[in-house]
Amino acid sequence: MTDATLAHHDTHDHHPKGLARWVFTTNHKEIGTLYLVFSLVMFLLGGAMALVIRAELFAPGLQLVHPEFFNQMTTMHALVMIFGAVMPAFVGLANWMVPLMIGAPDMALPRMNNWSFWIMPFAFTLLLSTLFMPSGGPASGWTLYPPLSLQGGNSLAFVILAIHLMGISSIMGSINIIATILNMRAPGMTLLRMPMFVWTWLITAFLLIAVMPVLAGAVTMLLTDRFFGTSFFNAAGGGDPVLYQHIFWFFGHPEVYIMILPAFGIVSEIIPTFSRKKLFGYTSMVYATASIAFLSFIVWAHHMFTVGMPLGAALFFMYATMVIAVPTGVKIFNWVSTMWRGSMTFETPMLFALGFVVLFTIGGLSGVMLAIVPADFQYHDTYFVVAHFHYVLVTGAVFAIMASVYYWLPKWTGHMYNETLGKIHFWWSAFWVNVLFFPQHYLGLAGMPRRIPDYAIQFTEFNVISSIGGFAFGIGQLLFVYIVWQCARGGQKATDGVWEGARGLEWTVPSPAPLHTFDTPPDIDSPDLVAHTGGQQ
Amino acid sequence: MKRANEWIVGIAVMAVIMVITWGIFAVGENMRPGVTPFSQDVYVLHNTVMGVVTVIGVLVFTAMFTSIVLHRRSKHRDPAKFTHSTKAEIIWTAIPILILVVMAIPATQVLIDMEETGDAEMNVKVTGYQWLWKYDYLEDDISFFSALARDSNRARQMNSDLAPADVENYLLDVDRRLVLPVDTKIRFLLTADDVIHSWWVPDLGWKRDAIPGMVNEAWTLIEEEGIYRGQCAELCGKDHGFMPIVVEAVSKEDFRAWVASQQAASTASNQSAAP
Ligand code: HEM
Ligand SMILES: [Cu+2]
Ligand SMILES: [Cu+2]
Repeated sequence: MTDATLAHHDTHDHHPKGLARWVFTTNHKEIGTLYLVFSLVMFLLGGAMALVIRAELFAPGLQLVHPEFFNQMTTMHALVMIFGAVMPAFVGLANWMVPLMIGAPDMALPRMNNWSFWIMPFAFTLLLSTLFMPSGGPASGWTLYPPLSLQGGNSLAFVILAIHLMGISSIMGSINIIATILNMRAPGMTLLRMPMFVWTWLITAFLLIAVMPVLAGAVTMLLTDRFFGTSFFNAAGGGDPVLYQHIFWFFGHPEVYIMILPAFGIVSEIIPTFSRKKLFGYTSMVYATASIAFLSFIVWAHHMFTVGMPLGAALFFMYATMVIAVPTGVKIFNWVSTMWRGSMTFETPMLFALGFVVLFTIGGLSGVMLAIVPADFQYHDTYFVVAHFHYVLVTGAVFAIMASVYYWLPKWTGHMYNETLGKIHFWWSAFWVNVLFFPQHYLGLAGMPRRIPDYAIQFTEFNVISSIGGFAFGIGQLLFVYIVWQCARGGQKATDGVWEGARGLEWTVPSPAPLHTFDTPPDIDSPDLVAHTGGQQ
Repeated sequence: MKRANEWIVGIAVMAVIMVITWGIFAVGENMRPGVTPFSQDVYVLHNTVMGVVTVIGVLVFTAMFTSIVLHRRSKHRDPAKFTHSTKAEIIWTAIPILILVVMAIPATQVLIDMEETGDAEMNVKVTGYQWLWKYDYLEDDISFFSALARDSNRARQMNSDLAPADVENYLLDVDRRLVLPVDTKIRFLLTADDVIHSWWVPDLGWKRDAIPGMVNEAWTLIEEEGIYRGQCAELCGKDHGFMPIVVEAVSKEDFRAWVASQQAASTASNQSAAP
């Protein structure tokens, strides 16, 4: 696309200015930006809550917060990070990049897109407002297990409504992504020529549509149990508290893959770029993603081994969970093979992607340990589990999001970010995140349960180390905010291709990407595009 | 770069990674072997699986770092063109499956052993309350509550005048211990009165949820006399962190003596209360 067509667009496009521009926008790029900014704000807020937790755990005894508030912090931290930071970040990335990667002019359903985003601030206002209510916010953990979750005050109703809103937003977002990918690909881009990021999002969107209604059902039953006298989960009324856990984890396990599949996609874009070599085993990557998604529906009870279940069930869920490690392993081996005999350089996106591969692998390996039922009788609900899911979620999902921001920021803003600062941000984060989470494995093995505000003296050293790591890691993220802000304001002009080894349609449009791109679909087999894109896959 | 050099770099990288990994595990805490046949099985299983995943991790990271060292642009200007290798992909699908099967076999065995709660010599009912435990010795008609010990409770208050470090077994001590005989197959029946709790003594090798309206079963056979401490493991409200469990395992004779003294005490208190 040339500058002339660009200028043409800018003149006939009567875009509202100021706040109205953002409130009424139906443009996928602007909505993508909204999602990403929202996610960043939530990331900082959820991070602040985590630091409250780590500050209280800095020493044995209660110093800063009461146990009730501590429990509200662990609950809110998780809800904010999962639904406010990680998921919206991926939706934001999908909004920005999916149309650019498949050569579509916009998302298929632009108005719904606007609505999907603008529900989120309302949902989170509702959720966060509970912290200021007399009965306080939810304090039963993000899993909201009854009967405990039903003991709280009326604020539960606000939390449930907020979850419904987030669910509606996610489902609309997913429908939009599926409709876009299935209907709006440029001519010639068959499914098996789509970039991996698009593939992973397509599969993630199906997962979301399948499980968000399940979560909605579970929390609605909580709502009626609490306020309308039903007894779905109340043993005294003939209900079953374990039923909730089954429903919740039928949502919950696919949910954890919802938070990692797009990350797989991102890493599968970045490693080839900086290895200057095509992705190894593209087709097997697609199949591995699909099988992970399928398997994620049949492993939910691995979160419930200590609930007590028949031997056959425990064995089934153990084996099924172990099987997930196979396609996950395939992905890791494929990334390493992509690097193998490539010609690598280590710009910040690549550093974060490599950090992802190493640290996510550690999380995956502790996942295999957790799948071993008899051992899980020891690990379950200890800090070992906390360490596991922070490796897959912080150094997994969050590192991938950061990698993607550095990778595409020049395309979004038209400027290069400050590479030196980016590298400092990576090394600082990668070091401290391990100081933060690695000792938590030891705490769990030594016998420290999760979700406790105070602990026995023998757990002190590792908690101190972990807290120091937490604060250092947290402070380092302010540098990230600064780098992004600086890059948005100015800096060295980015070229259209940005990265020497980058391949794909998104690198054929100008930097910054103009508001409207691909008004006429690109012909991805045309010789000059092939030169640019390397011929998709 | 010459072949020989590649190998040297590869081996050096591998050595460094091994040393680091070993260091990480050497400084850390490991699971406790515990004092029951089951807990020791779990301990062995845990170490085996941890060993296996560590080796896998070291291999993957070695390959990766070797590539980072050798295939950087300054050393390797022209990227290779290969994009797949069916043979390699079959190998690295098949080998993990084999490794998993090898891990699944002992895991299955231990789990099957664990499930046999039959022919218990004694039954203890455990009931979780917010925030203490109740123990009923079903055969001996003994029943009592067990809550956080008084000095721990004082030290845990905000702005307490008693520092946690000055309390022996801070947060892991109770007012009345669960006294159990060694070398006896004991069956636990676990339930709860209000919300879900989870009864966990690491030295016994398992935790099991105590769920209102439901009775869970688990068993143990303690092989060594001693005092074993644990905590509630399922979030159960504000004082979840403050409902420890202490098991005192004594010889069979001492246990009978303890039972007799408990029963005498309760008869005495009943008689004194009667008139
Ligand atoms: C090889 C792949 C994996 C395996 C075998 C695995 C296995 C497990 C198991 C068995 C548990 C339950 C532990 C317990 O509570 O006792 C667990 C917990 C968890 N996993 Fe994974 N996992 C894997 C990958 C992931 C990924 C990719 C994510 C997310 C990105 C993830 C996120 C979580 C979370 C959030 C929990 C804890 C949920 C909670 O209790 O609050 N896991 N995992
Ligand atoms: Cu799971
Ligand atoms: Cu508890």
